[in-house]
Amino acid sequence: MSKYTLQVNGRAHAVDVEADTPLLWALRDTLGLVGTKYGCGVGACGACTVHVDGQPARACQLPVGSIGKRRITTIEGLDARAMHPLQQAWVELDVPQCGYCQAGQIMTACALLKQHPRPTDAQIDDAMAGNLCRCATYVRIRAGIHRAAEIGAGDKEKA
Amino acid sequence: MKRVVPTSPARRRFLGRTAGAGAALLLGVRPDGAIAALPRTAPPAPTASDADFVPNVFIRIGPDGGVTLVSKQPEIGQGIKTSLPMVLAEALEVDWASVHVVQGDLNPAYGPQGAGGSTSTPTNYDNFLRLGATARTMLVQAAAQTWNVPAAECRAAHGAVMHGASGRTLAYGALVPAAAALPVPAAKDVVLKDPAAYRLLGTRVGGVDNSLLIAGQPLFGIDTRLPGMLYATYVKCPVLGGRPVEANLAAIRAMPGVKAAFIVEGTENLNGLRPGVAIVADSTWNAFRARKKLAVTWDEGDGARHSWAGFVAQAQAARAQSGAATMREDGDVDAALAGAARTVEAQYVYPFISHASMEPQNCTAWFKPADGTLEVWAPTQNPGAGQALVASTFNIPKDKITLHITRSGGGFGRRLSSDFIVEAAAIAQKVKAPVKLTWTREDDLQHDHFRAGGFHFLRGGVDAQGKVVAWHDHFVTFANRVEKKESDGGTASVLQPGSGANLSGDEFPGRWVPNCLIEQTPLECRIPMGPWRAPGSNVFAWVFHSFIDELAHAAGRDPVAFRLDLLGSSDMVAGTGERGVPYNAARMRNVLKAVAEKSGWGKRPFARGRGAGVAFHFSHRGYVAEVAEVTVSKEGRLRVDRVVVVADIGAQIVNLSGAENQVQGSVIDGLSTLMYPALDVDKGRIVQSNFHDYPLLRMPDTPTKIEAHFLKTDYPVTGLGEPVLPPLAPAVCNAIFAATGQRVRELPLAKADLSWS
Repeated sequence: MSKYTLQVNGRAHAVDVEADTPLLWALRDTLGLVGTKYGCGVGACGACTVHVDGQPARACQLPVGSIGKRRITTIEGLDARAMHPLQQAWVELDVPQCGYCQAGQIMTACALLKQHPRPTDAQIDDAMAGNLCRCATYVRIRAGIHRAAEIGAGDKEKA
Repeated sequence: MKRVVPTSPARRRFLGRTAGAGAALLLGVRPDGAIAALPRTAPPAPTASDADFVPNVFIRIGPDGGVTLVSKQPEIGQGIKTSLPMVLAEALEVDWASVHVVQGDLNPAYGPQGAGGSTSTPTNYDNFLRLGATARTMLVQAAAQTWNVPAAECRAAHGAVMHGASGRTLAYGALVPAAAALPVPAAKDVVLKDPAAYRLLGTRVGGVDNSLLIAGQPLFGIDTRLPGMLYATYVKCPVLGGRPVEANLAAIRAMPGVKAAFIVEGTENLNGLRPGVAIVADSTWNAFRARKKLAVTWDEGDGARHSWAGFVAQAQAARAQSGAATMREDGDVDAALAGAARTVEAQYVYPFISHASMEPQNCTAWFKPADGTLEVWAPTQNPGAGQALVASTFNIPKDKITLHITRSGGGFGRRLSSDFIVEAAAIAQKVKAPVKLTWTREDDLQHDHFRAGGFHFLRGGVDAQGKVVAWHDHFVTFANRVEKKESDGGTASVLQPGSGANLSGDEFPGRWVPNCLIEQTPLECRIPMGPWRAPGSNVFAWVFHSFIDELAHAAGRDPVAFRLDLLGSSDMVAGTGERGVPYNAARMRNVLKAVAEKSGWGKRPFARGRGAGVAFHFSHRGYVAEVAEVTVSKEGRLRVDRVVVVADIGAQIVNLSGAENQVQGSVIDGLSTLMYPALDVDKGRIVQSNFHDYPLLRMPDTPTKIEAHFLKTDYPVTGLGEPVLPPLAPAVCNAIFAATGQRVRELPLAKADLSWS
């Protein structure tokens, strides 16, 4: 066994796993952060999307041995009060059906909003195409991103 | 539409006062019709106490006024964990903000708990209205006794009872001791609430788990974690129906983190405990890594002879002969075809598909040898069947099996099967520790209980007036050989068509065409099959409403007018076959007329490459008609511009937000399934393995506009998980025909060349 220290949600976590263990399973099984979901294991569904140094990444494709000191953010660490504009918008518009993919959707959308604070439908389609929703809540995900952009703009005005 | 998150400090204080630990969500309907969501912290799960008022197994009110409602049905994304408690809350006269919803375990006291066939609402709605009203009646009686006034002078609202004459008010919490001492009144003494006075039902209410979902908190079966828990993977023969003979178990046991590896013998039942190799480790990944080194000698069985190409050849051979079974025979179809003004002949083909719920199948089980009990945490749609299968497979009494129902990451019918539960139970008995079995995505796609493929060989005829006079379908379907118990105690070997792969002679337009022959021939296979969202209907609607459209065009008639004629003038049409159900043609005509009106059918000309199509279908007690408008580029790229849905699911929409979400999801799921997924079978194996070669629709293909309209009628309140899906595929394909003149007769659509010039 090798010992790694992962920077997750602003804290250092020691994990005792083999180097090839995907970050996904270290998060879920070792650290108990189960908000990051297993959907496909091949980077094709987006359910395991986390941020690595602020960039969206598929946790199922990232061996723990390759991560080093890079900063990981999971859905649990997106906002201390779970009040990120996307989280507010998701609740306000009742986006989820089963909800399994939604953490990954929010993490991908968060990266989109950093790049394009007021995204167009085309930019949303482009950014979100890697995230599957089997319940097909795409209409509300798109509306939720637009709504989060509004909330985010409002927050900036206040600040 | 502008939506504003309320920030008023006064509002915040009010919310703060009702707050406790945990998290939930309060939604109300704003005057502009938008969903207004007020994030809040939920009341803590009230601790059950003997001092509570518990008028029935679903309602508990504590002396502090906290209201706990039990969700008895499994939540799979259909929203039942929110909508059924709403029914109780409405009848009970409590504010939704004061309600705490808990998921019930499998419990005979709750009655049937299966979530399938869109039955959760129709089978519970009336009873829940009564249960809520009964509890409210007792609280009113308790207040009347306390004040020594007639109960008729008191009324309940907002979790309190008021006495109009004196202006006195007592909150439910204060009435708990008095109400708890009262006998439960007889049904005749309980007055149901007037639907005109509903304040909660019919509004848009957010899912009760939303605030946990968006924070990534554990809810799903796969999120289960127990002290000392081990992690398992289970490897079955790639050839469906095969079994392991031997494996390199010693080498596997030497892999990092592996705690155990063994062969499970399994049973013959294709939908039960299949034989396989279990690997148990200290983490999911250590189990998954080890399975990559697993080498198994398989007994592939006779399933190895299956291939899709072989099935196609068998179907074509069957076509030349009469069907093995006649499901319906009215009039003389051959004579009617010979005398018809126009005839059409066509074959429609669709593949096997998988359910592909986002949460792969999984189950956690804990066997305790000391007392022989088994505790199970399962993301299941069918907990009672799961318990029964475990009990019968291992000869464990049902009362020794506790089953906790977790939230499911999608169902679509997959979790009506209990194979993953019985596998976890088998492994748990060997390792004697809590163990979580997780299927890989590849397991999930390749060892599904599949939606069966099928072949329809159709002939139809219309007379000179453009009416359908002849209809002949020879359906070639798939079946498993099963041993059935006979009434004399013996067993018989029978071919049993897969779930949704057995055509009723009453399937529309059976019963409406004077000369109608519906035949069925099953192809025997070792491929396990199971119910897939709107079983049967999900393909029959596509085949039959595409072919009806062919007949309409052959007759030179407008597709809506042609269908209205076909539906005739009778209202209730009784079922005739073994599986037939009464069909209310009046309700269908109404949704069809409404969808024509709402969509502006026939009012706007479409340029070449654009067009509209219509279809309707009755399934799962719902009457639904849909119009799709599409654009097909010259290069053949399809874009669905608009889908208009009109549904009649009875007298009341329970949760409007959930209902609209189901409509949008069903439309897109219908489109996805039309366009992309298909499984090839080769040497008895499923060829596709993951989302790279089993694609599903993603956001860029989402229709531009989806409109949901509900026709409120006087009929019983019914479910919405399924009935909107079936008409979508034929509506889109009929629109493609209108746009391009090309008829889609084989799925998936993505394989068709839709280019035009």
